[in-house]
Amino acid sequence: MTTGLSNTWFAERLGDHGIHSQYLEDHHPAHMPCLEIRRLDWAHAAEEAKRLEMRLVGVWAAQAGYHDDQKQLYTYMAFAHPEHRHVILRTTVNIEKLEIPSISSHYISACRMERHIQDMFGITIQNIPDTRLWLKHEHWPEDATPLMHDFDGKISLSSDPNRADIDYDYVPCDSESVYEIPVGPVHAGIIEPGHFRFLAVGEKILNMEERLGYVHKGIEKTMQGRKVDNGLKLAGRVSGDSTVGHSWAFAQACEYAANISIPKRASYIRGILCERERIANHIGDIGAICNDAAFAFMHVQCSRLREDMARLHAQAFGHRLLMDTLKIGGVAYDLSAETCQQLIQQTRHIAAEVERLRDIYADTPSIQQRVIGAGTVNVNDAKDIGLLGYVGRASGHYPDERIEEAYAPYDDLDIPMPQGKLGGVSTRVWVRFEEIANASRMIIQLLETLPEGDIQSEWKAPQAGVSGFTAIESWRGEIAAWVRFGKDGLIDRYFVRDPSTINWLGLELAVRTVPVPDFPLVNKSFNCSYAGNDL
Amino acid sequence: MLRILHQIMKVGTITEPLARNQDFEVLGEQLKSTVKKRFQGSLAIRLVDAGSCNGCELEIHAANNAYYDIERFGVHFTASPRFADMLLVTGPVSINMKTALEMTYDAMPAPKLVVAMGDCAINCGIFGQDNYAIAGSVSDIIPVDTIIHGCPPSPTALIQGILSTLNQPEG
Ligand code: SF4
Repeated sequence: MTTGLSNTWFAERLGDHGIHSQYLEDHHPAHMPCLEIRRLDWAHAAEEAKRLEMRLVGVWAAQAGYHDDQKQLYTYMAFAHPEHRHVILRTTVNIEKLEIPSISSHYISACRMERHIQDMFGITIQNIPDTRLWLKHEHWPEDATPLMHDFDGKISLSSDPNRADIDYDYVPCDSESVYEIPVGPVHAGIIEPGHFRFLAVGEKILNMEERLGYVHKGIEKTMQGRKVDNGLKLAGRVSGDSTVGHSWAFAQACEYAANISIPKRASYIRGILCERERIANHIGDIGAICNDAAFAFMHVQCSRLREDMARLHAQAFGHRLLMDTLKIGGVAYDLSAETCQQLIQQTRHIAAEVERLRDIYADTPSIQQRVIGAGTVNVNDAKDIGLLGYVGRASGHYPDERIEEAYAPYDDLDIPMPQGKLGGVSTRVWVRFEEIANASRMIIQLLETLPEGDIQSEWKAPQAGVSGFTAIESWRGEIAAWVRFGKDGLIDRYFVRDPSTINWLGLELAVRTVPVPDFPLVNKSFNCSYAGNDL
Repeated sequence: MLRILHQIMKVGTITEPLARNQDFEVLGEQLKSTVKKRFQGSLAIRLVDAGSCNGCELEIHAANNAYYDIERFGVHFTASPRFADMLLVTGPVSINMKTALEMTYDAMPAPKLVVAMGDCAINCGIFGQDNYAIAGSVSDIIPVDTIIHGCPPSPTALIQGILSTLNQPEG
């Protein structure tokens, strides 16, 4: 690696505070480096990152690959700074004593990810503020640690009969005037499963606690040993509504690891796909939010527009939801001049329709009364949690990897940032309307300036042990992905953090003191993914 | 208000006139008459996502949009399994959803029709049967009447699947 290109900013800051770090040569890209630090500096390094106003991107663990000293166990944490971008820190866990200090006192959003590490690896997180299980539900055998090499991931785990009656330890309340409402895992509508436990006083929510993990599908484990093409297919189904975002994150992490760049035309088409996905989801959500406040007109109109998009997607890209449209090294579909014209026309048409609907929405008092000021998250809390995507942008926290990381094709585009502050349902809807308008402009610009050339670079797998990291701004917000290759170009370990993992925390805050019947409305305005969180 | 009316007028009726699409016409009419015959004009469906990626759910939503408008055939989605005639299941059954799926099935009255929607529900799809977190495909957990292929199946395929379930001999 050319160390000249390496991003040394964080390493220098750590050095100023006596934390020694060492660059890992087998990690790419150089501008998002991976630094090895000593275990005893782990929590201190997180504290430094916090002081430098970096946001936490993810915390995860990995056993050394099959090519390596297999017993070795590492933990990783990644941070991002608006100017100095991403950096990953790694430390070695003592395999005689599986322990690592918690960083949750510096970054509250680390807590669920640390619990995930506890569940999956059996590593004890010292001083973790919440010791309960997370994705591992109570009925699992206690000693099951799926992401360790010696765990047989091929056999369906059977419940431990002795643990069948153990209940998750929800936050209790002894007060007589407080009542509990358990909701889920199967919800009333056509949505994903998860459990919400409300503590309510009269009409108002005192506290809401999420219990997720119901759709945990062992994605991290089953990714191991896959070929990249097959891994890409799986990555595209981490959360079906963000299939382009997740495919892009996986593909780009692999491409970074292998040090290959994709043709410019392919990056433009990826941008078009991702922005179309953004528009389709925002439109669908705006309709659903209005529907939850009994403004069915918007719902009918929005789902009509969404269907128009899906039909053109089927025609132009072979899939209504844009699944399997990316390839490692490029994209699966080229665009003819005619299809470009169709896409431009439809994007223009939809943008204009949405503007018309936006006027109607803004002028309808019945919906405005419900959304204004409902379910707020203030700026301090948003920054503290590190809320992502439109949820962050509605609450004064503005990370956008299209701007900060400026990966192709976004380096060729001007990306406006809707800067919300009030952080309620109406602000989140406002951000979404703005993003639809911005994404439409981007799509048209990308289509009008689509460079000639190939749509696919040749794939050449990196050597065993090489890792790659990337951050992609999906419609929900930043998806962070880290991949490490094993023998024969097979995937050895894949860590992915959907923005929902962080944004779910925002929902818990937003619904405090909100009337119980407003919960669906607030929930929809966040629309976090269960599948993306549960993996 | 005027603008709402204007918008409604401008868009007009987009629900696919049954005649526009030959197959869909036949399909819709058949579905409607079967629902009428067997369920007195109203078929209630309860959806359970047993571990899906949420792609299948998007297509179920689409079947409710104004183009397909599945409700006009008497088919609607219900919040409770207690009055559901049909259980629509998506996703491979995760070990964490198995109990909830069984309980939902048990809570339903006869005839307890079950449709497994999507490749995951049929054979665990891309997530694989040899996976610690997956209890099995839907038919490994509860009896299945019909399967609908696709990843995800299109709204038309969904409507077709529902119809073929109703057309199976009773019993
Ligand atoms: S069949 Fe496809 S769309 Fe449906 S849940 Fe499975 S992966 Fe998702």
